[in-house]
Amino acid sequence: MSYNKPLPRPDTTNGPFWAGAKQGKLMLQYCKACGDTRFPPSHICPKCLSSDQDWKEASGKGTLQSWIEMHRAYWDGYKGEIPYRVALIQLEEGPVVVSNIDNNSDNLRLGQPVTVVFDAVTDDVTIPKFTLA
Amino acid sequence: MADLKDLKDKIAVIGVGNTKYGNFPEIDDYGLAAHAFRNAVEDCGIDKNQVDGMLVCRIPYYARMGEILGLNPKWTLTLPGHGRMSGMGIIEAAAAIDAGLCHTVALMYANIGRSRRVNYGGDENPGTWDPWGFTSPGAAHAMAFRRHMEMYGTTTRQLAEVSVAIRHHASLNPDAVMRRPFSIDDHEAARFIAAPLRLLDYCLINDGAVCLIVTTKERAKDFKKPPVMISGFGARETYSPSSIANFDMDFWYPAISDAGQQAYEMAGITNKDVDALMCYDNFSPTVLFTLEGLGFCGRGESGPWVENGALKIGGKLPVNTDGGHLSNSYMQGWALNVEAVRQLRGECGARQIPNCEVVQYAQSTPCTRSIIYTRG
Repeated sequence: MSYNKPLPRPDTTNGPFWAGAKQGKLMLQYCKACGDTRFPPSHICPKCLSSDQDWKEASGKGTLQSWIEMHRAYWDGYKGEIPYRVALIQLEEGPVVVSNIDNNSDNLRLGQPVTVVFDAVTDDVTIPKFTLA
Repeated sequence: MADLKDLKDKIAVIGVGNTKYGNFPEIDDYGLAAHAFRNAVEDCGIDKNQVDGMLVCRIPYYARMGEILGLNPKWTLTLPGHGRMSGMGIIEAAAAIDAGLCHTVALMYANIGRSRRVNYGGDENPGTWDPWGFTSPGAAHAMAFRRHMEMYGTTTRQLAEVSVAIRHHASLNPDAVMRRPFSIDDHEAARFIAAPLRLLDYCLINDGAVCLIVTTKERAKDFKKPPVMISGFGARETYSPSSIANFDMDFWYPAISDAGQQAYEMAGITNKDVDALMCYDNFSPTVLFTLEGLGFCGRGESGPWVENGALKIGGKLPVNTDGGHLSNSYMQGWALNVEAVRQLRGECGARQIPNCEVVQYAQSTPCTRSIIYTRG
């Protein structure tokens, strides 16, 4: 069956993130002038306003900052999976991202270490997710 | 730049009006706003042609609105239909009047989300995190509340106190959409939408419209009802986590502390002087976050603080005496400002707070605002 959950929407800044994910790399944009590192990417640096932005591979390590269980399927693709878990992760490099955590443990705790895993959902798209480290 | 304290008690709310709240497929947003405007005009007895400023929110086209009301004002502002514009709009109107751009502003808000089946998640509201299935403002508030539970030990039974107290107030308000009281146990038995939040932690979605008419202190004496003064206000945005919409890692604590402090200083009061709090309650956790930010309790201590009905009329701090967004009407803050006016006028019947002199409005959102209203 074809994948019928929402896919990433390419925009003018997020190409390297999704290209990296397809290769099994968690990519983050950073500022070559001041080092600020962020997700989602920006057009200029929010700290120093430099245009000189580049990408680097993140460690893939982070900590669990919160999580929820979605009991409503806003997209048909989730109808068979509710409730599903969505997590808030602070990456080692600083940015806070929303993702999924694949462990169904009931013992999640704030601050637990997590590490990235890659879910190739279609031939073209791989989505970075997390698992308890 | 002028000191904001110079604006204390210079601008007054003279008229308020609203439509019925519910499901009205037979009318549109212009029609609802027009009825709210006419009710506000009748409330204060103003000649509508004295209105020389117009602020519209969640209304498609300001000029069509002016045409419908027969208004050609000197000042117009349109705000998007986001749930945080009421506090912003009232402050902007006060500033425009003080600057002399106009002298009397009608502020109108209309919502037809119920009859038109608006969804607040999924493809109607695309976001950065859709590929992970994270969508809807409720999910963002659930994410914040789980964090609060983990950090401070707050429980869903404590959270239930918010919805239970506000529904109790709605039961005293004949115009509220949802009036049947429920208990903490009922809250705990409600179905999850985005756990840890349940159905009864979510605001309503209903149709309706609200209008406030605001003018100078000097002009305010000429109308039917006693004026209600805008005594203080404060503001602080939190835009850094905007890709995670409706979410802040710190529960907007820095913003609401700042906005609240500005408002208290401008009004020359402290939170001990506040007789009632009208708190933006799109989801029940925001009430807890606001209580902490405004210093009614310590940081992280809102859970125990709200226990035993603290937010009910007669409790420590009556919150949302009209039933709020959770049970009265989802007017995105506008109806809460109207309720503040009505409490200060003593018009609230079974839900009236005795000797009500100071009412505070607060919205803990990416655009945090607080307004302090007092009797004229």
